[in-house]
Amino acid sequence: MAAPTNEISVAITVNGVVTEHEVEARTLLVHYLREVVGLTGTNIGCDSTSCGACTVLLDGESVKSCTVLAAQADGGAVTTIEGLADGDALHPMQAAFREHHGLQCGYCTPGMVMAAVSLAEEALAGDGGTLDEAAVREGLEGNLCRCTGYQNIVAAVVAGSVDMAGARR
Amino acid sequence: MTATTFGAGSLVGVPVRRVEDPTLLRGEATYIDNLALPGALHLAFVRSSYAHAELTGVDTADARAMPGVVAVYTAGDLEFPDHTGMMQLNPNVVRPALARDRVRFVGDAIAVVVAETKAQAVDAAETVVVEYEPLAAVTDMEDALAPDAPVQFDALGSNVIMGAREPDGYDPLAGAEVVVRGRFENQRVAVVPMEGSAVAVVPGDDGDGHELTVYLACQMPHSNRNALATNFGVEPEKVRLIAPHVGGSFGAKHWAPEDIVAVRVARELGRPVKWVETRSENMIAMPHGRGQVQYLELGLLRDGTIVGLRCRIIGDSGAYGGFGGMLAFGPTRMMSQGVYRIPKIGYDCAVALTNLAPMGAYRGAGRPEAAAMLERILDMAADELDIDPVDIRRRNFLQPDEFPYSTVTGVTYDIGDYDAALTEALRIAGYDELRAEQATRRERGDVRLLGIGVCAYVEITAGGSSSEYAEVEVHPDGSATVKAGTSAHGQGHATAYSQLVSGQLGIPIERISFVQSDTALVPRGGGTGGSRSLQIGGSAALEASRGVLERARSIAAELLEAAREDIVLTDDGMLGVAGVPSKAITWAEVSTKASDDGVPLVVEHDFVQSGASFPFGVHVSVVEVDTETGRVVPLRHVAVDDCGRILNPMLVDGQVHGGVASGIAQALWEHMVYDEDGNPLTSTLAEYGIPSAAEFPTFEVAHTETPSPLNPLGAKGIGESATVGSTPAVQNAVVDALSHLGVRHIDLPCTPERVWRAVEDARAGTLPDPWREPPAAFATLRVRERAAPSRRAEEEIDL
Amino acid sequence: MIPAAFAYARAESLDEAIALLAEHGDDAKVLAGGHSLLPLMKLRLATPSVLVDVGRIPDLAYVRDGGDHVAVGGLTRHHDVEHDALLREHVPLMAAAAGEVGDPQVRHRGTLGGTLAHGDPASDLPAVVLALRGDIVVRGSKGERVIGADDFFVDFLETALTPDEIITEVRLPKTGDAGWAFQKFNRRAQDWAIVGVAAVGGSQPGVALVNMGSTPVRAHAVEAARRDGASGVEAAARAADGTEPPSDLNATSDYRRHLARVLVGRALDTVDTVANPGGAR
Repeated sequence: MAAPTNEISVAITVNGVVTEHEVEARTLLVHYLREVVGLTGTNIGCDSTSCGACTVLLDGESVKSCTVLAAQADGGAVTTIEGLADGDALHPMQAAFREHHGLQCGYCTPGMVMAAVSLAEEALAGDGGTLDEAAVREGLEGNLCRCTGYQNIVAAVVAGSVDMAGARR
Repeated sequence: MTATTFGAGSLVGVPVRRVEDPTLLRGEATYIDNLALPGALHLAFVRSSYAHAELTGVDTADARAMPGVVAVYTAGDLEFPDHTGMMQLNPNVVRPALARDRVRFVGDAIAVVVAETKAQAVDAAETVVVEYEPLAAVTDMEDALAPDAPVQFDALGSNVIMGAREPDGYDPLAGAEVVVRGRFENQRVAVVPMEGSAVAVVPGDDGDGHELTVYLACQMPHSNRNALATNFGVEPEKVRLIAPHVGGSFGAKHWAPEDIVAVRVARELGRPVKWVETRSENMIAMPHGRGQVQYLELGLLRDGTIVGLRCRIIGDSGAYGGFGGMLAFGPTRMMSQGVYRIPKIGYDCAVALTNLAPMGAYRGAGRPEAAAMLERILDMAADELDIDPVDIRRRNFLQPDEFPYSTVTGVTYDIGDYDAALTEALRIAGYDELRAEQATRRERGDVRLLGIGVCAYVEITAGGSSSEYAEVEVHPDGSATVKAGTSAHGQGHATAYSQLVSGQLGIPIERISFVQSDTALVPRGGGTGGSRSLQIGGSAALEASRGVLERARSIAAELLEAAREDIVLTDDGMLGVAGVPSKAITWAEVSTKASDDGVPLVVEHDFVQSGASFPFGVHVSVVEVDTETGRVVPLRHVAVDDCGRILNPMLVDGQVHGGVASGIAQALWEHMVYDEDGNPLTSTLAEYGIPSAAEFPTFEVAHTETPSPLNPLGAKGIGESATVGSTPAVQNAVVDALSHLGVRHIDLPCTPERVWRAVEDARAGTLPDPWREPPAAFATLRVRERAAPSRRAEEEIDL
Repeated sequence: MIPAAFAYARAESLDEAIALLAEHGDDAKVLAGGHSLLPLMKLRLATPSVLVDVGRIPDLAYVRDGGDHVAVGGLTRHHDVEHDALLREHVPLMAAAAGEVGDPQVRHRGTLGGTLAHGDPASDLPAVVLALRGDIVVRGSKGERVIGADDFFVDFLETALTPDEIITEVRLPKTGDAGWAFQKFNRRAQDWAIVGVAAVGGSQPGVALVNMGSTPVRAHAVEAARRDGASGVEAAARAADGTEPPSDLNATSDYRRHLARVLVGRALDTVDTVANPGGAR
């Protein structure tokens, strides 16, 4: 039986690259990404699992990386905002945020985009459909923004969802 | 000054996509927590858990012994400059950077732990033992004015940090046939920029003439740099202050006590330090906004004509007299006339110290409070006189031919056409159809009723410093750089200013760099706040680019051997000779020539606006009120805002969307709540309800464009307008839904329980009187020194 | 934002988890999805010295047909409960309510066993299990036992679980074509319920309330009235009988009682007028 330890070693694939580190057991995934791996694109906006700024994909699904231990992600694959674009080409969801002015100060943006990608992927995987306004508003209930009033975020995600579907055809 | 006519190539009115976005979208932003500062230490603050107490002991011994801890300081261990912030309301009220012998609100900083890692600092802070001798706390701004209230600062003699009243015998309600009265609460709200406060300090010579480099999440780098320099007695030029990417501010991010501590500690230890506020800290320590109790009396003739307004306003200044308390005294009064002809206004105001978080500025800063009280009392008057809320507004609007208009409160509105905005908003909303549906639902006895709320507002922008700096340079490679003294933190200035310069010079936006927010790179600037940037800073950039163009024409004339007057910008962005298509040269050639001549092609401009501008608009809110549960659902929100000539409609609409959301949020959800001992009950985002996309409908946004005559762009501010206009519209809509039951008022925020109780009380015939007599303390205020009323006002007093 | 330090052990099997819990007693907490526990730990409102991560234990995340009931593994995530075809067909109340928990990110991590073990009266799913008269299967050092939902929730954040017990399965009776309803009254979509109601009709009608006491509570008076043939309106009038709802930021206890009556009325109206059309709606 494994004895509980304060330090653990984890191996997490981040944006396709395997990272292996010895960390304190209490290390949150978001701190692992920001401070251990050095990917600071994922922001921290609250301490109550409310704002969604730290949203990343864990094994393809959106999670709030402030509420997942690095230990829990051990062996998993994480995609952060830095891993979304294909070189110079923005991911369709990123491009849609720019086209529709879905960001202002940018702080909620990485989490918002990752949550949106997850939503759109689930729609595609489900009935192969795209997101409408109602689905986007409901689906982004866990992501807070103080700048945009969400209007253009919603427009961007609807468009991004369509573009993602188009890119698969 | 008359507004300029722009040519076809000007890019005015074009929704240019933001140049800022790719960096932000790729996760490459430079928010302070993202900065890699080798060897940086991390700070964690020990904060008061009492609202008001003597500090009888702070034991830091255990903390000092914790792993990774480099130092622990209290006010007794290290001398810190006092915090003077944006503004000190009263010299008798001083805020130490760390509490000395007394704490004055829950969250007041007592000690700072400095450690090698963030986790170590937090762990050690937990072990600091603070002994308190609790004191009676004042947690309500009206209680603070009671004769027996515990006095916060003995030197003041009361809890009134500033205040004034009208002279005895001044009766703004004289001649009224009807007087409508209401007491309104404009609740304390939290600002909640998604990034909290943050600072990083690198002490020591940077090899470029600075002895200190500070990265600060702020809106006004130069004035914050100056505050730092004053605090520490150093030459401002020796301090380099940089605002990197800032995750929103909304009026809240200025030189804070924690920043003083960070600078002091970094200098003491000779090592870089970083402090990034947690959300829980942010909720209780970052200054809050709003926080007024408003006693309004509106005098009218029976036909709805306003004869006078009497306001008695209490502002909650919070602990240490946060400058936000002043907003009740200044801007709220200034804008208390709104869009109406009000011949006489009486305005008594008491700003009260409480043991709650200090008050600061939040999107609108005093103007939303003015619009809220005025629009609320006007709806009550409409109800009383059985006049449609739209009609009573129209009856009292200032008319387009009256501008520039000097208000009773002493400001000059630049320009306005309020009825145009109202007409447009009603058209979009389909006002008559909405009223018909409302009636149908009432007749059917629906559980879910419709409410329609109207708000007509005017606000003041660029009301503070009226000067701003910009510099435009065209480089020998043909690219250009714009430097701005403003400091965007989400507004999109890099795009807007580049758009302006591109429009003037024909240089593509991709070839224009934007520089801001670094005191080493930009010599001076007023920063961004009060919706001042585009109208003043943008105008400076516009004038600087025109200056560049004029110089370029001279140089081109010389190179092309043509008359200067014949040099024009060609369609493909070159300088050519009018009517001679073959003769043209590039910006690169012109700039190279200028450099070769020893005078690079660069022009600075300080634009000075002769006064504030006054954007206005009309918002219409449609809500559904569930009379069984009290739940309010915003169904529609129509916003017609006039910010003068629009440069980039995409950016303008973005500002409106955000403003509307903030305003609706104040109307329905947000409230910073403390218990009677001053303990914050909404200290995380789980309890403090900032809304998500799921709570809002799609807003219907439109504009009228009445160019301001005060600047060459014809622009007025748009950053705060929609916040001003939206809250009253929604509140009025909620009350409107229930008005047939006899409901006259529901305070902000219109929570489900409040709304339900209003319905229950109405049905039981136990609705409370929306009025009660204001606190007696108003009579003790000093008499306002007022300028003699204007002739116009005098004439209209005698209706 | 940084939890206090703790020691972490990942259990590879149920037996190992139980042994770890038995060894560390009250100092240890079970970590499944972590969406009840980690938020408390980040604010240092909970400071366990040992976390036993049960998240990797094989074969505890499933939804299976158990004949008269649907069996849901303790580690089944809300997202999977929400979208499971078997649950949507046979226990649509549970599938629908799972979709109301938190937000999509929370539903990707939070587990049914975790939310039941946390025993928060403001949580959605405990009331659903109560209304459905589900059984909760737990394993500990003394073996396995099956606890009826009515016996499971003991007090505020306190359940019938002993410190070394883990929820392995939740058995939810199939509700056939009975009507059902889940009413969640909150201020923002992501918020906890101010008051919630889970209701199901059919031969075993059940009504349970969220956030109306120190535990999730069964609306006994409503159920009794229904058994006696009362109309939905009559039964709903008794929704707050015997409850002791809290007063807090969002609602006074009086208002909660009122909301319970309104929401139960609406729920029963749905139960009575909309038979299960063979799946979630």
